[in-house]
Amino acid sequence: MAALPPAFTDWFASRGWTVHPHQQAMLERADAPALMLVAPTGGGKTLAGFLPTLAELADGGHQGLHTLYVSPLKALAADIRRNLSTPVAEMRLPIRIEDRTGDTSATAKKRQRADPPHILLTTPESLALLLSYEDAPRMFAGLKRVIVDEIHALAESKRGDQLMLGLARLQSLCPGLRRVGLSATVEDPPALARFLARHPDPCEILYADPAPDADIRMLETEEKPPWAGGGGAYAIPAVLEQVKKHKTTLIFHNTRAQAEIFFHNLWLANDEDLPIGIHHGSLAREQRQKVEAAMVAGELRAIVCTGTLDLGIDWGDVDLIIQVGAPKNVKRLIQRIGRANHRYNAPSKALLVPANRFEVVECVAALEAAKARDLDGDPRGPGPRDVLCQQILIAACAGPIDADALYAEVTTAGPYAALTRPEFDACLDFVATGGYALRAYDRWQRLKQAPDGTWALRDPRAARQIRMNIGTIQDSELVKVRMRGQGKPLGEIEEGFAATLTKGDTFLMAGRIVRYEGLRETTVEVTRTNHSKPRVAAFMGTKFATSTQLSHRILRMFQQDSWPELPDHTAEWLALQREVSKMPEADRLLVESFPWDGREHTCIYGFAGRNAMQTLGLLLTQRMEVLGLHPLGFVSTDYAVLIWGLDRLDDPAPLFEPGDLREAFDTWLGGNAVMKRTFKASAVIAGLIDRQTGGQRKTGKQATFSSDILYDTLRRYDPDHLLLGITKEEALKGLVDFGRIEEMLDRTRGRIDHVTLDRVTPLAAPMFLEVGKVPIHGMATDRLVAEEAERLMQDAGLGESETANPRRGWRVPY
Amino acid sequence: MRAEQLQNEQTFTLAGTELIARSTGALWWPEQRLLVVSDLHLGKSERIARRGGSLLPPYETQDTLARLDAEIEWLDPRSVICLGDSFDDGAARDGLDVEAVEWLNRLMAGRRWVWIEGNHDPGPVSIGGTHLAELQHAPLSFRHIARPGASGEISGHYHPKATLNARGRAVTRPCFLYDSDRVILPAFGTYTGGLRTDAPALAGLMRPEALAILTGPFTAEIPMPGRCS
Repeated sequence: MAALPPAFTDWFASRGWTVHPHQQAMLERADAPALMLVAPTGGGKTLAGFLPTLAELADGGHQGLHTLYVSPLKALAADIRRNLSTPVAEMRLPIRIEDRTGDTSATAKKRQRADPPHILLTTPESLALLLSYEDAPRMFAGLKRVIVDEIHALAESKRGDQLMLGLARLQSLCPGLRRVGLSATVEDPPALARFLARHPDPCEILYADPAPDADIRMLETEEKPPWAGGGGAYAIPAVLEQVKKHKTTLIFHNTRAQAEIFFHNLWLANDEDLPIGIHHGSLAREQRQKVEAAMVAGELRAIVCTGTLDLGIDWGDVDLIIQVGAPKNVKRLIQRIGRANHRYNAPSKALLVPANRFEVVECVAALEAAKARDLDGDPRGPGPRDVLCQQILIAACAGPIDADALYAEVTTAGPYAALTRPEFDACLDFVATGGYALRAYDRWQRLKQAPDGTWALRDPRAARQIRMNIGTIQDSELVKVRMRGQGKPLGEIEEGFAATLTKGDTFLMAGRIVRYEGLRETTVEVTRTNHSKPRVAAFMGTKFATSTQLSHRILRMFQQDSWPELPDHTAEWLALQREVSKMPEADRLLVESFPWDGREHTCIYGFAGRNAMQTLGLLLTQRMEVLGLHPLGFVSTDYAVLIWGLDRLDDPAPLFEPGDLREAFDTWLGGNAVMKRTFKASAVIAGLIDRQTGGQRKTGKQATFSSDILYDTLRRYDPDHLLLGITKEEALKGLVDFGRIEEMLDRTRGRIDHVTLDRVTPLAAPMFLEVGKVPIHGMATDRLVAEEAERLMQDAGLGESETANPRRGWRVPY
Repeated sequence: MRAEQLQNEQTFTLAGTELIARSTGALWWPEQRLLVVSDLHLGKSERIARRGGSLLPPYETQDTLARLDAEIEWLDPRSVICLGDSFDDGAARDGLDVEAVEWLNRLMAGRRWVWIEGNHDPGPVSIGGTHLAELQHAPLSFRHIARPGASGEISGHYHPKATLNARGRAVTRPCFLYDSDRVILPAFGTYTGGLRTDAPALAGLMRPEALAILTGPFTAEIPMPGRCS
C-alpha cells in the first residue's frame, strides 16, 4: 500500500499539502504486524497513523470495525473524530467514525456493540469494558488495525499495562491484527516498541524529522529568585511582560496548588485586564471546557495550567511556553515546549522560571540536557500484577477461561512477557478463591472450576460489579465545590482538605477566593469573598520528583571549577558552599552536621528526588530514634533531607548501612499512611474492594469501611498475601520510591563525607525555609487529638468536665 | 495538653447511672459489672462472598472475637449485652465456623449473655445466650436502634464516627454519642464503617448539647460535630 488512492492525493493537493516522508513511510509499512512512529509534537502523527486505514477503507468494501484508535484522553478521542471527519467528508469516503468514552450515551454504546463503525475511537478503560462482554468476539470480528496514540504517556502508568493486556485479548480474537503506536520523543524507543508489539514479534520504529531546536532560555527578572519555596511569584512582572509580547502563552506549573496561587497573583498584577485563564485537573469539566473553547477561539492571551495540557490536543496559536518551577524531567519539558508553534517544522519558544535559588541550577541543567536532547526516564518494571488480576476478572466476565490459554495470551503482552506461570497462577488463585493462607472460601469462590478445567464466575451477578470496577486510574476522594445558590460546580477538592475547613475559612478555587460555608451532602458550598489571604486547597495531583538523569547532571555541574552559565547570585552561592564545606558528588554521600538555634542539624545530600528523600527522612529519623539521637523533625526536597534533633550525629555511617535501612523500611511499611494508600489503589485494581463512586459516598452508608482495616487485617493474619507483595512492589516507585534510595546507596556505596561545622552551610540554608516540615513523635496524632478535644470543650464551655467527672481511666506514663 | 492526660476510658452519667466509654468502643456499667458491645457483624466477609461480591480477608470474625475476648478478660463482666447486628445475617450466624462458635461458647461460660436483635440478625439465635428484641434494666433500656423520645436508652446501629480537625490534620474515629437521654455506641466489629455524626439521622436524634467520645488508641471527648445547635 505504497501509493495513496487518487482521491487522497487530490485532496492533499487541494489543500496545498504534501505527504510528509514519515506519513509515506507509514503507508509503505502498513502491513507490518507492529509499527511505532516517533514524532515531535505537531508532526502530523495522528494523520500518519490513520492514512493507511483511510486508504484501506476508501473502496467501501470493508464491513464492520476496521480500526480501533485508543488514546489516554476522552477529549482527544472527540478531537480526533472531528479532525478526521473533515477529510473523510471532503473526499466523500464511505467511512463511519465514532468515539466511545465514559461520556457516550448508553443508547449509542448499545448500538455500537450491535453495529460497530469502521473506526472506533476510545480509551483503554472503555476498551477493557468492551472486552468484558460476551459479544466481544462478534463486535471485534474483522478488526484489522489498532492505533495507540500518545503511547509514551500511556506507558508511564498502569493504563498502558491494561491496554497491552487488552490488545493481547484482541489479538486472540483477531489474529491478523496490526498494531501502530504513536509516540512523542522518548529516551528509549526500542523499549516502548517492545511494550507495544505482540511478544516476541519485531516492531519497526519510524522516526519523523526531529523538530527544529527549540529556543529555550531562562526568563530574566529584575528580582533575584528567593532562597526557597515554589511559587515563582517574584517573576510575575516579567511573565506579564512576556504575555504582552506574544499572542498566546501557556504558563505551566508543576502542581495545581501552585497554578492557583500564581494565577491569583497574576490577576492582581494584570492592570491591563488581559484575558488570562486557568486550566487544571481539579477544575469542573464545565470550567475546563469554557477555557478550552476560549483558547481554541483565540480569545485568551495566556493560560495558567498543569500537566492536563501536556497531551496532544491542538490548542491553536500558542507561541510561547513558560515553565514555572524546575521542570523536574527533561522529557516532559521537551514535550511541553512542543505545545508552542504546533506546526510542523516550526521552532518552539520557551522560557524557564526557576522558583528558587537551587532551581536556577536545575533549570540550567535541564536547559543543557534539552539542547543535547539527552532525555530521561526510568526503565519500566514488569507489568504490575494487580492489573493482571483485573484482566483475569475481565476475561471471566466474557466467558469461561482456560488457564493455559490465558497464560499464553497474557505473556504475549510486552509488559508481561516475563511473567512466570507460578506468578500467573497466584493471581488466578487470588481472583478465584481470595488466595488466603489460613482460611478459604470453599463454598463461595468467585471463580469455580468446571469439570473440563475451565474457570467461570460462580455467581453471574458478580459480572456487573466487576465491570463497574474496571480501570486503573486512581481517583482520590474528592468533593465538589459549588458557589452557594448556583447550579454549576467550580471544581473539586480533596475530601481530607474539605474536612479541615470550618465556616469562614477561605481558599483559592478556579482562580477565585472563596469562603467555606458548609458541607451539603457531598458538596462544599462556598461564597465569594474579598478576603486577601486565602489558604490553598490541597490537591492530590502527582508531586513530580527530579529525574535520576537530571539529578546526575546537576551533580556533574557541581564538580565544575566555576559556573559561568549560572547567574552571578547562584554561582557565588555555590562557590561559598565549596569554600565553607564541600560540593556533593555523585559517587559519594555528603553529610553535614552543624548546630543552629539550639538544636543539632544534619543535612544529607542524597539527590534521589523528593519522594525518595521524604521516605529517607522517615527512615533515618526512625533509625536515629533507635540509636538514641532524639530526632525532632525533618524536611526534604528533591536533593536533600535536613534532620534536627537534640543530639549531635558523630558518625553517620551506621545510619546508611543498606541492610539496616532495608529492614527499617520493612518495619516502617506497616503503619504508614502512604503505604495504606498504595495498598488501597492496588486492592481496587485487583478487585478486592470496590471503587468508591461519588454516589456511594453520598448515601453515607455505614456498610462501607475503610481499606486501611483490610490492610491491617492482612498484615496481622496473612502477611504473605499476594496483595501485600504487590503493595511492597509498588512502594519501590511512586510516592514511597524506595527504588531511588537503592539507587543512591548503590552509587555512593558507603563512601560518606561527613563534614562537621559550627554553623549552617550555604547549600543547607534554604532547607530551613522549606515548608512541609515533618515532626517526629510517635504519639503525635493522639496528642493533637487530645489537644484539639480540650480546646473544643473549652470553646463549648465544657472545659470543666474533668472536675465533674473526677474518675479517669489509666494514664499513659510519659 | 500533656501526654499524661491521654486515657483509655471516659466516664459519663446517663439517667443517674455512671457509665464508662472504653477506647475499644465497648461500654462498661461498673455497678452492674455489665459490658455492652454493638454491631459485631460477625461473618461479614462470608456474607459478601456468598452474594457474589469480593473475597475479603476472612479474618474479621477472629479479630473481633479476639478484641472482645480481651475486654472480657480485662473487665470480667457478670453480663454481656450484644446490642444487635452481632451477625451480619442469619446465614452468616449459622455458617459461623466451629472455632468461632467454640470461642463464643468459651466467652459466654459463667456469665449472662444477651443477644439483642438487630436489623441484620432478627430471629432466634442457634448458639447459647438469651435472645431479646430489647432489654429493660432500670433505669436503662437496651435496644438496637434508638427510638426518638426514649430516655436512659443505650443503642447502636448507626456506627457513628466523628472527624476532628487537629491542627490541619483531619482525624476520623468511631465514637460514642451521648446526651441526657441516650448513648449510641460505635460498632465493635472489625469490618465496619461509620456514619458521620453530621448525618441527618444522627444530628436529628441527639440533643444540641450532645457530646462525642472518640475511640481509638485513646479516648477524647468533644462536642458532637454537626449537632443541631
